[in-house]
Amino acid sequence: MSEQNVTQTESITQPQTTVADDATVEPMAETIIESRDLDVYYGEHQALRDISFGMPEKQVTALIGPSGCGKSTFLRSINRMNDLIDSARVEGELLLRGKNVYDEDVDPVALRRTVGMVFQEPNPFPKSIYDNVAYGLRVQDKDDNVDEKVEQSLRRAALWDEVKDQLDSSGLDLSGGQQQRLCIARAIAPDPEVILMDEPASALDPVATSQIEDLIEDLARDYTVVVVTHNMQQAARISDKTAVFLTGGELVEFDDTQKIFENPENQRVEDYITGKFG
Amino acid sequence: MATDQATDDRFEGFSSDDKLARKRLYGKLFVGICFLATISGVVALGALIADLIIESWGWLSWNFLTYPPSPSEFHYTDGRGAGIYPALVGSIFLIALTAVFTVFLGVGAAIYLEEYAADNYATRFIEANISNLAGVPSIVYGLLGLALFVRAGGLGSVLIAGALTLTLLILPIVIVSAQEAIRAVPDSQRRAAYGVGATEWEVTRDVVLPSALPGIMTGTILALARAIGETAPLIMVGAAVSVFNPPAGLFEPFAAMPMQIFEWASQPAGEFQHIAAAGSVVLLTVMLIMNLMAILIRNKYETEL
Repeated sequence: MSEQNVTQTESITQPQTTVADDATVEPMAETIIESRDLDVYYGEHQALRDISFGMPEKQVTALIGPSGCGKSTFLRSINRMNDLIDSARVEGELLLRGKNVYDEDVDPVALRRTVGMVFQEPNPFPKSIYDNVAYGLRVQDKDDNVDEKVEQSLRRAALWDEVKDQLDSSGLDLSGGQQQRLCIARAIAPDPEVILMDEPASALDPVATSQIEDLIEDLARDYTVVVVTHNMQQAARISDKTAVFLTGGELVEFDDTQKIFENPENQRVEDYITGKFG
Repeated sequence: MATDQATDDRFEGFSSDDKLARKRLYGKLFVGICFLATISGVVALGALIADLIIESWGWLSWNFLTYPPSPSEFHYTDGRGAGIYPALVGSIFLIALTAVFTVFLGVGAAIYLEEYAADNYATRFIEANISNLAGVPSIVYGLLGLALFVRAGGLGSVLIAGALTLTLLILPIVIVSAQEAIRAVPDSQRRAAYGVGATEWEVTRDVVLPSALPGIMTGTILALARAIGETAPLIMVGAAVSVFNPPAGLFEPFAAMPMQIFEWASQPAGEFQHIAAAGSVVLLTVMLIMNLMAILIRNKYETEL
């Protein structure tokens, strides 16, 4: 099968090398984030129940499921953005490189410097493109070589060529897709280990969406990416692992993406993926 | 008539019928009433300004602006006679000082209530009371200022006592308008900053305040423009009407325009009515300049970025 693929796409050299990379990287991938019996409550309402699974380093893990299944809540519990919601309460453990991020001695601000985040709606600051990317560096006191890091991050986010002559103009003047790539550049500029993305392409048109998808796959070479999506085709295209959450805040199945989409263990997951509900 | 031309029972054409015509008429009447309501405000303002200009014609001169008040009601071309200079400068000092107090206390309180205070019973109680305070009559604030700053604080009838009293008066309005400006900053902006590892203080400083600043400034300037015309609190605090120099310091007696105008208007000699009108024109001009500043600031920041 792979031989056929290669012959079909011979003119493009890229697939050959990525296939080789994947083959060597995948078996060695270590678990970087591990959730153990994680429960999240909003007041009396329990949004997540007993979530336990591990996400591999430098791969894309997709969280899918119907609206209200808790997938975004889970994402936000990784970098403790749920702390900003007064009524939210977390029980259980969420380990990042073996350290429970809900331990007393963990400063959520310091945690978010290791775990960057990209949101559903592109939300650049009403500042220049340059200042948007540099903001994370400034608040993290990484003040050396800012120019260089800004350029690097914009290149990494596949935006440099489009904006290199207008770094002083407002980030809000860009198109929606460009704004989202700017937000990705802002998230990677301080060089986090993990990047969380909450439906990063749901507000974008198809062309911008496919650019973001390409970017996500590319970012997984250097970063661990956890992406929430309600678009199953997108999850199938870009992720290595997929976690399926279903209504009630339960994790129903977690496995290799290919396995989930071709041969899920759980009947409800199969029903969901084939569009019988949700 | 429409049905005559209709070829189909179900199709009756698009002409107006009686019912529709009546609805149209009601609509026109309603628009007419709304238009009259709009015009009456503009006409009243126009009449007021016209009256002031006619009354003050010939009395509003450079000398009026640069000379102190005088017991003489006569209008001399050589510059002797009643002038508004100490009250004009006094009012500007008063409002500048009020602005300093108001910005610190009002914006500080608004930031605390919006960004830091927990959403609980105590916070809601405080917010409800601030809104209530906005409706308290200014004479009551005058009494409070008299009791608190002039008497208990032992300041006497001085500039800073007047400014503190006016601060109390407009503080609720400034807090509420600053809260609204802060609330209008989208949460996605705060999340963006938290997401890259900013602290609460950095989020407030770099994201919330810059975005809310135009709204905060507009609300504050409009409140100050209201304060500059307030008379009742100054009567209670005891603004002077016969000082011949602007206040030399924070703890000096001071004159203020609305108080001076009130004093002139209550003089028996008829010429003082013209002087009061001239004073009103100066007061209105200062007020309109402040409103204009508020509009310019709002426009500048709305177009920028």
